[in-house]
Amino acid sequence: MSARRIFARPARFAAIAPYVWMVLFFLVPFAFVLKISLSQTAIAQPPYEPVFDPMAGWDALKAALAALSFDNFRLLASDDIYMFAYLRSLTVAVTATALLLLIGYPIAYGMARLPKRWQAVAMVLVIVPFWTSFLIRIYAWINILQHDGLLNQILLALHLVSQPVVWLSTDSAMYIGIVYSYLPFMILPLYATLAKMEPALEEAAADLGAPPWQVFWLVTFPLSLPGVGAGALLCFIPIVGEFVIPDLLAGSNSLMIGQTLWLEFFTNKDWPVASAAAVVLLAVLLVPLLLYERLQKRQLEQGR
Amino acid sequence: MRKASRLSRFNVASLALGLAFLYLPILILVIYSFNASRLVTVWGGWSLRWYHEFFNDRAMIEAAWMSLRVAVSSATIATLLGTLAAVALSRGERFRGRTLFSGMLYAPLVMPEVITGLSLLLLFVALNAERGFWTVTIAHTTLTMCFVAVVVQSRLGSLDRSLEEAAMDLGCDPVRAFVSVTLPLIAPAIVAGWMLAFTLSLDDLVIASFTTGPGSATLPIRIYSEVRLGVKPEINAICTLVIALIAVVIVIASLASKLSSSQGESAAPL
Amino acid sequence: MTDELPKTHGATGAADGDAVAAGQPLLRIEAVAKSFGTFRAVDGVSLDIKAGEFFALLGPSGCGKTTLLRMLAGFEAPDEGRILLGDKDIAQALPHERPINMMFQNYALFPHLSVRDNIAFGLKRAGMARADIATRVAEMVALVKLEGLEKRKPDQLSGGQRQRVALARALARRPQLLLLDEPLAALDKKLRESTQGELMALQRRLGMTFIIVTHDQEEAMTMASRIGVMKSGKLAQVASPRQLYEAPRSRWIAEFVGDVNLFDGESKLRDGHRLIIGTRDAGALVVAEPREPVGAGKLAVAIRPEKVKLSRHGPVSEAGRETAINRLDGVIADICYLGGTTTYKVKLDTGGTVQASVANNARIDVDAYSLNQHVVAWFTPDDCVVLQS
Repeated sequence: MSARRIFARPARFAAIAPYVWMVLFFLVPFAFVLKISLSQTAIAQPPYEPVFDPMAGWDALKAALAALSFDNFRLLASDDIYMFAYLRSLTVAVTATALLLLIGYPIAYGMARLPKRWQAVAMVLVIVPFWTSFLIRIYAWINILQHDGLLNQILLALHLVSQPVVWLSTDSAMYIGIVYSYLPFMILPLYATLAKMEPALEEAAADLGAPPWQVFWLVTFPLSLPGVGAGALLCFIPIVGEFVIPDLLAGSNSLMIGQTLWLEFFTNKDWPVASAAAVVLLAVLLVPLLLYERLQKRQLEQGR
Repeated sequence: MRKASRLSRFNVASLALGLAFLYLPILILVIYSFNASRLVTVWGGWSLRWYHEFFNDRAMIEAAWMSLRVAVSSATIATLLGTLAAVALSRGERFRGRTLFSGMLYAPLVMPEVITGLSLLLLFVALNAERGFWTVTIAHTTLTMCFVAVVVQSRLGSLDRSLEEAAMDLGCDPVRAFVSVTLPLIAPAIVAGWMLAFTLSLDDLVIASFTTGPGSATLPIRIYSEVRLGVKPEINAICTLVIALIAVVIVIASLASKLSSSQGESAAPL
Repeated sequence: MTDELPKTHGATGAADGDAVAAGQPLLRIEAVAKSFGTFRAVDGVSLDIKAGEFFALLGPSGCGKTTLLRMLAGFEAPDEGRILLGDKDIAQALPHERPINMMFQNYALFPHLSVRDNIAFGLKRAGMARADIATRVAEMVALVKLEGLEKRKPDQLSGGQRQRVALARALARRPQLLLLDEPLAALDKKLRESTQGELMALQRRLGMTFIIVTHDQEEAMTMASRIGVMKSGKLAQVASPRQLYEAPRSRWIAEFVGDVNLFDGESKLRDGHRLIIGTRDAGALVVAEPREPVGAGKLAVAIRPEKVKLSRHGPVSEAGRETAINRLDGVIADICYLGGTTTYKVKLDTGGTVQASVANNARIDVDAYSLNQHVVAWFTPDDCVVLQS
């Protein structure tokens, strides 16, 4: 029996505790979301009905099941607000991911070409802002972008504008906030892939007659595609459901789905509709999620 | 063999600009937290008044204390579970339900927080659980466990397997080999995982909002409600304090991981 | 320099259209130096590479041979000196501007391209027409005997196959000069030997100029027509394999290339065309006077093991009993059987040891020496080389 096999048996036991936890606190809750999405709203605590009461007996259970309906989903489909919210979320996510790629790639590339000892330093430097509270960083941007904030002060001082520009409550501010928050998520997978590439490949391409930009486009970029995919998905999926950044930085005339969900839940207290919106959001994200799982598995398990 | 630097001017420029972009807003925030004047346009000199205000703000202090307790508790549980999960995935070869397991483990990394927050709240409501410290802790544990698992699994993957084999050769059974040889070597990664879980929990707004109960607001929740009303200098001070705390945590984490990265690295390239 | 490939498929493929006649210097390296920080990797190297030769840069790790090669390829720029290809100084030219190609140590095959696309890569960069590319690729594939594998990706090939692809790719553009960076290091012994032969045959057939970098002196001796031995950034000696082996210029070179017996000594007397050198471990040795006069001071006498002959009682023939022959008495202290030869270590009565390498001429040798047997080790004055110590 190989050494691997010997380790495998006890290692599997280690999976039990986390497995149980995740099933209880991750999977099972989704079942609840599904159930609530099929329920009606009610002025009660909890604010939905039917409520399954395990003590009430089989008939009560059957009645409760019969009360489930797809009304909430019909509401979502008919109300334009939701359609727009989903579309807007997808649009914002795609645009933001593209921006992140454009800005993050050169940074990751620069990192990968640093001498080895500096690469570790660069990694820490890139990760540190990420560990500094997310909310704080958005707040920092509010500080800068507000009417009499630093950005306007600089622009006025340089005479680039004659009046303070309105930055807050615009899509530009939102994109700045998103790019700022998610940049490490794009940089790190890209950097990991680029750093693993043998430098000899780029040298070979140059040796065979390719000028620097062709070396990048024909050799470096194609080989970095797994990293590009990982980074793009790592950003795209959560951005679709973003709430804090659009809430604080974007205008209130059009909302992303995360905001709509929040409103339904906390302001309108309409839990069933909010749940239905969540279910639809999950469905929309299903394909990217599966893609991401595959990529992640491949990357992490290559280390075995 | 020594190699000449492959950095082009473009590389240096993009690195410098990128890092400046990442750090400037924070730097500005920290500086303004010492601004004696309330207004952003006026520099009133150095002052600690906003820090005084924060320490006198009852509600904020309670929220901060709550956040700290939740962060420590959830980070600890998450590290325990995440490490176990990482061991199972990295050493466990194939087992039934592995795909589901790894799927559940990686999903929270990308899942929009509104979804996880909502689903957990619905669970708690159905169980009639009293929402407060424990519900938030459980929620945070669920979220951060995955990050810990990723960090530890990555370290386990790059570890030289022959060390464990040597331990077994010298008489350890697998569990002993793991505890006496592997564990010390991945300890820095575990510590780093704890730090990561800690900061993620400290920082989380959305999930905490869904799963908290009356009277147990966390710091981000309080900050958020203040921020919605506009910029307040007191917030600058709070943020700077949090940044300072996290900076200390990060320094400890990098020192710990630097210690480990040279020990026991596998000779074969990944 | 134009990247246009020559219309004539000439043997040397010179880019300018004038073929450099074989034997003429194709490449002149003039006083080239390169430092990394305070470390002087290449320290004033001057060398002429002749057209059509198979040249080896040999030396221990860190001697600068790889840095020199990379400067020829264009991946490092020399701090001083010139590199002349024809009349042009290419020292500062970028890699893609040079009519020189390199075969990399780990092959550096593009993992995302097939064998065919790897080979065609350089041709596409040169702007060749599609039909011509296809012809040339087919030619290369046939040259390295990889027919049938064109569509495969590098990770689907064996080590030996990958090496051939790397070779084909480097040759596809018919460069004026092919550089090979430790090309056989990753292969096992048998494969290495057969590949050595193939590389030599290929070079002869194509009439190209090859420069190979290696730390393996057997490899250099087998393949190269001339070897440049490097030490600490400098060229210690440039010579043919035979000259290098039989007439090393320094003690260090004598030890680096092959095995050697070295006896340190000092005093010298002249006796006609011969010198008598008093050595510490082997008594007085008679050596042939070297062509270049050696200075006074510490000297070393070097004798290759195969030149040392053994017999039980000393040389038997008339010529052998001539007084000028060096005779050393001793006992067999160690026997190392290597198949084709046996190396005997003889502990001399005068105190030192001498190694003698004897061919195993007969399959069954009842007369073979045994341990502790008394023998006479002898060699002629011409068998020795006098070196400055």
